[in-house]
Amino acid sequence: MSNIGNYEERYKTFTWGQAAEELEYRPGGVLNIGWYCSDRICEQGKGDKTALIWEGMSGVEKRYTYHDIRRASNTIGAFLRGLGINPGDRVCLFMDKVPELYLGVLGILKIGAIGQPLFSAFGDESLFVRLDNAQTRAIITQKKHAPKVRKILDKLPHLQYIIIVDHDGKPLKDREVAFSLEKSEPVEKIDIHPTEAESPSLLHYTSGTTGLPKGVKHVHYSLLAQYQTARWALDVRDEDIYWCTADPGWVTGTSYGIIGPWCLGVTQCVLDAGFSAEAWYRFIEKNRVTNWYSAPTAIRSLMKAGDEVIKKYDLSSLRALSSVGEPLNSEAVIWSERVFGKPFLDTYFQTETGSIMITNYQGMKVKPGSMGKPFPGTTAVILDQKTFEPYTETGKIGLIALKPGWPSMMRTYWNNEETYQKKFRNGWYLTGDRASIDKEGYFWFVGRDDDIINTGGHLVSPFEVESALIEHPAVAESAVVSKPDPINMEVVKAFVTLKSGFAPSADLDLEIMNFIRKKLSPLAMPQEIEFTDALPKTRSGKIMRRILKAKEWGEEIGDTSTLEND
Amino acid sequence: MADELKDIVLKYVIAEYCEDDSDPVTYDTPLISGGIVDSFSMVSLKRFLENKYKISIPDDQATPEAFDSVDKIALLVRKFTQA
Repeated sequence: MSNIGNYEERYKTFTWGQAAEELEYRPGGVLNIGWYCSDRICEQGKGDKTALIWEGMSGVEKRYTYHDIRRASNTIGAFLRGLGINPGDRVCLFMDKVPELYLGVLGILKIGAIGQPLFSAFGDESLFVRLDNAQTRAIITQKKHAPKVRKILDKLPHLQYIIIVDHDGKPLKDREVAFSLEKSEPVEKIDIHPTEAESPSLLHYTSGTTGLPKGVKHVHYSLLAQYQTARWALDVRDEDIYWCTADPGWVTGTSYGIIGPWCLGVTQCVLDAGFSAEAWYRFIEKNRVTNWYSAPTAIRSLMKAGDEVIKKYDLSSLRALSSVGEPLNSEAVIWSERVFGKPFLDTYFQTETGSIMITNYQGMKVKPGSMGKPFPGTTAVILDQKTFEPYTETGKIGLIALKPGWPSMMRTYWNNEETYQKKFRNGWYLTGDRASIDKEGYFWFVGRDDDIINTGGHLVSPFEVESALIEHPAVAESAVVSKPDPINMEVVKAFVTLKSGFAPSADLDLEIMNFIRKKLSPLAMPQEIEFTDALPKTRSGKIMRRILKAKEWGEEIGDTSTLEND
Repeated sequence: MADELKDIVLKYVIAEYCEDDSDPVTYDTPLISGGIVDSFSMVSLKRFLENKYKISIPDDQATPEAFDSVDKIALLVRKFTQA
């Protein structure tokens, strides 16, 4: 029997007050996610229960109980306080999936500072934009990533501390301090900052079609949603060995790689290694993983690796499988049911929503390819794109919109309230995604409403990539669109015109790819570059990206009456 | 034993995918499973090999397993240069 039981019944009766009651949170009282994810679990008598099984490169393993993570997060929090980090200060975490990343998030939350986890593969320009926007005060990183920070330091006067967690004794450079969790005296007790429901907790950056990445501000009240959705959408249970493959640099990795499992007092495991089907199956077998939350790109990569490799491992421990990041294609759902005995359940949410909003549930009929149904306590509709009124009939394609007010709804975009307000129309929060609802109430994803590229489950802004491309000495103009990809759903493709004196070549192609990879990130790197003499433009000079995209996707080009040289 | 092809690939991997303070990389260091080259960056590594050795590696053979070390990459490249 699933945690949620009868979905229809729960949807009719559930209120967020019930989650508050279970968490023993009284409105107006103190609410601190860091405390909930460690101290409270210890107070419930589970201090000796394993909280984290961590495996790094070459199979190095570390285990932490809830007492361990309580003390470790206290130790990190106390260290930051000792540096002068105050409540509300932004502290970036820029690390691989090492224990200090997970424990650091809790430590930052405990002292009332704001955690800003960033994907460790970001290049220096991507890093700069986000640290500058947030006026980040400290960054916790590893020695291998410190060079990227050093490159941009002159442009970041607000960044006071570069905290290196694996310092090797070499002379520290400007603003650098060393911190070793293992060598630090564990702090048994720390004064946890009395954050409240609306106190800011995390700042996650997300890309938009135009403009710079936006800092999505979340608050401690989001805990109620992460708690409830981990229980009912992911069916996380006390006896689970849970594995969320997402990096905490992205919202899934914090909402469901830190907060969800740990506020429930569950054992979770983390594999800090690159993708390999064998390594992943070995990890599941070794740790007897029961609850697995992954992503369509990884699932399709596992499919590509073949069924034979699965037979080498005992995966019988698997009980609940879920997926997030982009729509999970029906082939992947059917495949997983065949090879693992149970289907991956698609879940849907965004950086802005903070928790799962539309999802499939254990025990509810799965329609392969469907997003599922709205989470209890939330209202999701399809809006007419012209009137922003909800459709009353089923089967019509429109904008997925949510009724504002669920606990983990973002509170604003950092320093960008104007853009935040544009996310709301006619009393609805606009997700920017399009879908339809069928007669049984299942949602079916159609696509984005804008030009944002979703590659491997991560959003990439064409504008960001185009801006970076024209910084290359050879590039005159560029247009960036998505291109279909069997594993990643979409990848970045760039159309480029060259400056006088430069000619297309395979070497230039590779040079530009690497230029973007290092400047922005591997996700933003064009997987294909097409050199062209001219980009399609309107008579007013605006690049008609949609024509390029339509060609890539084999779609109708549409109206070309405004095309410059039609 | 020194191997010119492996040395070229190793030098490229270190230059393009490793930071100054990274741990040393050798012919058999796991590149993909070790997190040094992610699946997106693998495309640029494949492009380098194809440009350098004037070969075309089919997508179904450009797998994370085949790219997981300099040794394995050298095997793959030799397969197509000798074809």
